[in-house]
Amino acid sequence: MNREYYGKLIFELSREGRRGFKLPDNGCPTPAAGIPQALLRDNEPELPKVDEPTIVRHYNNMSTNNFGVDTGFYPLGSCTMKYNPKINEEVAALPSFAALHPYQPAETAQGALEAYHTLQRALSEIGGMSEFTLNPFAGAHGELTGLMVIRAYHDSRGDYKRTKVIVPDSAHGTNPASAAVAGLKVVEVKSLPDGTVDVAALREALDDTVAAVMLTNPNTVGIFESRIPEIAQAVHEAGALLYYDGANLNPMLGVARPGDMGFDVMHINLHKTFSTPHGGGGPGSGPVGVRKGLEEFLPNPRVIKRDDGTYALTDSETSLGSISATLGNFAVQLRALSYILSLGREGLKLAGPLATLNANYVKESLRDLYELPIDRVCKHEFVFDGLADKSTGVTTLNVAKRLLDHGYHAPTIYFPLLFHESLMIEPTETESKETLDAFIDVMREIAREAATEPDKVKNAPHHTPVRHPDDTQAALTPMVTYFDLKAAQS
Amino acid sequence: MSHRYFPHTQADIDAMLQRCGMGQMSDLYSDVPDELIMHGDYELPQEYSEKEVRDFFNALGAKNRQLTCFAGAGYYDHYAPSVVKSIISRSEFLTAYTPYQPEISQGTLQYIFEYQSMMSTLTGMEVSNASMYDGTTATAEAMLMAVAHSRKRNRVLVSATLNPATRKVVDTYARYHGVTVDEITQRDGCTDITDLQEKLEQGDVAGVIVATPNFYGILEDYSGWSELCHRHKALLIINCIPSDLGMIRTPGEWGADIAVGDAQSLGMPLSYGGPYLGFICTTKALIRKLPGRIVGATTDAEGQRVFVLTLQAREQHIRRDKATSNICSNQGLMALYTAAYLSVMGADGLREVCEKGVSGARYLAAAITATGKMELKYPDKPYMNEFVMKSHIDLDELMARCVAQGILPGVKIAPDEILIAVTEMCSRKDMDRLTEIIAGM
Amino acid sequence: MSKIYYSETHEYAKVDGNIAYIGISDYAQHALGNVVYVDMPETGDDVEAGVDFGAVESVKAASDLIAPVSGAIVQINEHLIDNPRLLNEAPLTNWIIKVEMNDPSELENLMDEDAYAEFCAKA
Repeated sequence: MNREYYGKLIFELSREGRRGFKLPDNGCPTPAAGIPQALLRDNEPELPKVDEPTIVRHYNNMSTNNFGVDTGFYPLGSCTMKYNPKINEEVAALPSFAALHPYQPAETAQGALEAYHTLQRALSEIGGMSEFTLNPFAGAHGELTGLMVIRAYHDSRGDYKRTKVIVPDSAHGTNPASAAVAGLKVVEVKSLPDGTVDVAALREALDDTVAAVMLTNPNTVGIFESRIPEIAQAVHEAGALLYYDGANLNPMLGVARPGDMGFDVMHINLHKTFSTPHGGGGPGSGPVGVRKGLEEFLPNPRVIKRDDGTYALTDSETSLGSISATLGNFAVQLRALSYILSLGREGLKLAGPLATLNANYVKESLRDLYELPIDRVCKHEFVFDGLADKSTGVTTLNVAKRLLDHGYHAPTIYFPLLFHESLMIEPTETESKETLDAFIDVMREIAREAATEPDKVKNAPHHTPVRHPDDTQAALTPMVTYFDLKAAQS
Repeated sequence: MSHRYFPHTQADIDAMLQRCGMGQMSDLYSDVPDELIMHGDYELPQEYSEKEVRDFFNALGAKNRQLTCFAGAGYYDHYAPSVVKSIISRSEFLTAYTPYQPEISQGTLQYIFEYQSMMSTLTGMEVSNASMYDGTTATAEAMLMAVAHSRKRNRVLVSATLNPATRKVVDTYARYHGVTVDEITQRDGCTDITDLQEKLEQGDVAGVIVATPNFYGILEDYSGWSELCHRHKALLIINCIPSDLGMIRTPGEWGADIAVGDAQSLGMPLSYGGPYLGFICTTKALIRKLPGRIVGATTDAEGQRVFVLTLQAREQHIRRDKATSNICSNQGLMALYTAAYLSVMGADGLREVCEKGVSGARYLAAAITATGKMELKYPDKPYMNEFVMKSHIDLDELMARCVAQGILPGVKIAPDEILIAVTEMCSRKDMDRLTEIIAGM
Repeated sequence: MSKIYYSETHEYAKVDGNIAYIGISDYAQHALGNVVYVDMPETGDDVEAGVDFGAVESVKAASDLIAPVSGAIVQINEHLIDNPRLLNEAPLTNWIIKVEMNDPSELENLMDEDAYAEFCAKA
C-alpha cells in the first residue's frame, strides 16, 4: 500500500482555502436570513476542504488497495462473483433514465415502466412464477418482503395462528433474521449428514402453526434437494407456503425453475445471478416472485400493463403494504435487464450448467488434499471441511489468508455452520479453465506447504498491503470516525 | 455453443467433464428429478449484440420525458459532480464484494470509514453505520432499534409531518413486527407538542419520530423535545434531509438519539427511485444496537493504521434470529458516492447549496404568490428550499401544461396543494417559465 | 461459602443462601475467545430459568446468556462494562448478575461440578 503520501484519510488532506466545487448562479438575490438563528446549526460540519485533483488521486489510490472481480478470481461461496458486463453500466447511466424523478407522472416515464415490466416478466419466466415485484432493495429485503407476502396471505384467510417459520440449520443467517423482523418465530430443523433436509424431521415440525418453510435449492452446501417435490407436497398439505431463497439460483439457470419445484414465493439476488456489480456491499436488488393466486399481496406500488399497451402504477387493497417509497433500486434493475438481453435464451441456458461444471471441476481436482465431507455431484458451489491432513494444525482461515498472497480472493470460510472448517468455493461460469487450473495449482501448493512449512501458512498473508489487523482491539474500543481517532491522539 | 461472457471452448468442456468422470453436461444434473428439468427454452429473446442492447434502451429512454425538476418530496435534483461519477466507476470499487478480507479490501473499508465520519459530523451524531438501503427503510430500522433498546416497550409515536412515503414503510415494518404506531397530530404544519406530551404520558413509548425539515419543507423547533422524550424513557429519532444540514440545526444539536434519512439529496442521480442510500447515526451509548455493518480503525502487525468490519456479533450471519436487523449488505457504492460528493462540496459547498435553494425558493414562492393563482399554505413558518402552495387553479391541468413545456412543477399532495422544491439546479429563467405557466391559467 | 451449579448452556449459578451469582463457565469463555462486550440486563429485571437475559460477544461469535434459575436481578457486575475481558481472566469470580432466586428447587435441574466436568469432556 502506498502510504508515503496517499495512504491518508481525505480529512488529513484538507487545507483551509481549498475547494472542489463551483455551483451555477441562480440569479436570485440572497434573502435576509428569514430563518431564526435557533433553527440553524452552530458550527459548520468538519468536512474536508480539498481540490478536485487531490480528490481524484486520493480515491483512485485507495481503489488500488481493493480487489474486485475485474482484478482477479473471486471464488467467494454463496456470493456468485461473476463478471459484470460493461454495457450494463452504460445502460444504467443513460440520462433518459437517470434524470427521472420517482414521482413524475407515469405518462412521462413510460420507458422506465416498460423496462420494469419487461424485467418483471423475464424473471417470472425464469423463476416459473406468476408475477414479480422489483421493489425490494436487496436479498435480505426480498426475504422480508416474501415473508410479509406469506403473512398477508394467511391473514387474508383469517388463519392467524401461523406464527412460525421453519429453516434448516444450514440456512443463510438472513433467513432466521428476516423471519424475526417479520414477527415470526424460527424453528430450526437439522440437516442429514449429506447436508440435505431431513424430510422426516421436517414433517414432524409441520403443523397448523407454521406459516412458511424457507429453503434454498441447491442448498448452502451446494447440493440439490432431490426430494423437493415431496417436501413441497408436505408443506402444502400442512397449509404452509414454501419460500425459495434465491441466493443459489445461478446453477438452475436454464435447467429447472423454482416454480416448477413447488415453491410459492421466491426472491432473486440480481447482484448474484444477474451480474449486477456488488459495489463493495451494495446496492443490490432482491425482486420477489409469487405463484398464481398470491399476486394481490405483493407490495405497493405495482407496475401494470394496460390493455392499450401503456404502463401504470397501481396499489392493491390487499397488499402487504409498502416496503419502499419507490420502485426500488431502479438503475440496478436496468443492468439486470441488459444482462438478460445480452445472454438471451441461449446464453441463459448455458450459464447454470457452466457454473456447475466449473464447481465440480475444482472439487474433483482438489478432493485428495482437502476433506470433502459430502461426496456427491455439486451444483454451483461446494464445501471442503478444511485440509484433509488435520495433523498440521493449519486451519481454513490460514488457507484463506495464504490464497491472498497468491493474488486470489478467499473463498467463503466458516459457513455453512455444519462443519468446523468450512471452506466454500463458488467459481461461477465466467471463469476459464486456465484460471481454474491456476487456482487449483495454488490450492495444491498450499496443501503441500501446510505439510512441509506449516508456519508459513499459519502466518499468512505475507504479501498483502496490510497484515493481521487487530480485530479484538477494534471491537473493544470502537473507533468508527476520524473524530474518534483525533480525540484518541490528543 | 458459446457466448462472449463465457470462456469455455468445447475442448475445455470435454476435458473438464472427463476430470469429473462424466460424459455429458446433463450428468451434472443427474440428481434433479427429470420432471423438474426444463427441456425447452425460456420464452425470452435471443442473444442481443451490444448494439441491439443499446438501441433497445435508447428506444425505451425516448419514451421518457426529462423535465426541469421542481419536484422534491424527499428526492431532489441536485448537482452531481462529474468527479464523483468517475470515482464510483473504478472497477476495483464497483466489482468488489463486502470487505470480508481486510487485507485486500482497504479501499472499501477506508471509504466507508470516511463516509461514517462525514455523516457523523453532518448530523452532529457520534457514530454512523456503513449505510442502509434507503431513507424509508432506515427510518423503519430506527423504530425497531428503539423498540429493541427499550426491551419491553412496543409503541412508537410518529409525527403527522413525517414524509407519508416514509410513514407507509414504517407502518409496514411495525405491523408485521408487532409494534404499535401512534400518530402525533399536527397543527399548522408542525408537530403538536401537547399531543406528544399526552401520548408520552400514556406510557409504553419506545421512540418518537419527527422530521427536519418536515414533509412540508418547514423547519420545526425541537427545543426541549429530547429532554421530554428522555423523561419518558423514549428515544428521539429525527429524520432529516442531509443536504440541508449544511445550514440547519442538526439532530445531534437537538439532542436526538438516532438520526436517519436518505442521502439522495447529496447529489445522487434521481434514477427513477434508486439506488440511493439510507443513513443511520446514533450515540456511542447505542452503537451496539445499530443495525448493519460498521467499519472501525485498528492497527495491523506492522503497526499501520488499518480498517476492519467491527462489532459484527450484532449481525445476522452470527446472531441469526437474534440479530439487530436482517440487513446483510449496505449501499457500499453509494457510500463511496456520498464520501466523494462531500469531499467535493465540503462545508462551504454544502452551505452554498442550501443558500441557493433558500434564495430560489423565496424568489419562486413570491413570484407564484404574485400571480394570485396560488398562495403559501404556511406563510408564517420558516422553510428551506421546499414549500406548499395552496392552489386556486386545477393542479392536474397545471401538470399537463407544464409537462408539455418540459417542466415538472412539483408534487401534488392534496387536491389543491402542491409541494414545490427549488435547488441550485433551477435557474431564475426556469422559475420564471413556471410562474408564467401558472399566471396564464 | 457457596455451592456451584452448571447448566448445559455453560452458565453457572454460585449459590449463597437465596442469592445466586450467575456467570459463564471457564469452558464457555475458552470456547468464545476474547470477550469484547457483555450485553447486560438492568437491576430490577426478572430472569426466568431457561430464558436468555443478555449475551456475551467475542470478535466473531456471540452467545446468549441463559438464566439457570429464575428470580429478580439485585445487582449487575458493572466492572464488565469497561472491562469485558475479566470474563476471560477469571470467569468464576467475575459473575455477571446477582439474582434473588424465587424457586431454589430449580437448582436440582442443574449439574454439580463433577457432572459438569464430565459433560464438558463429552462435548
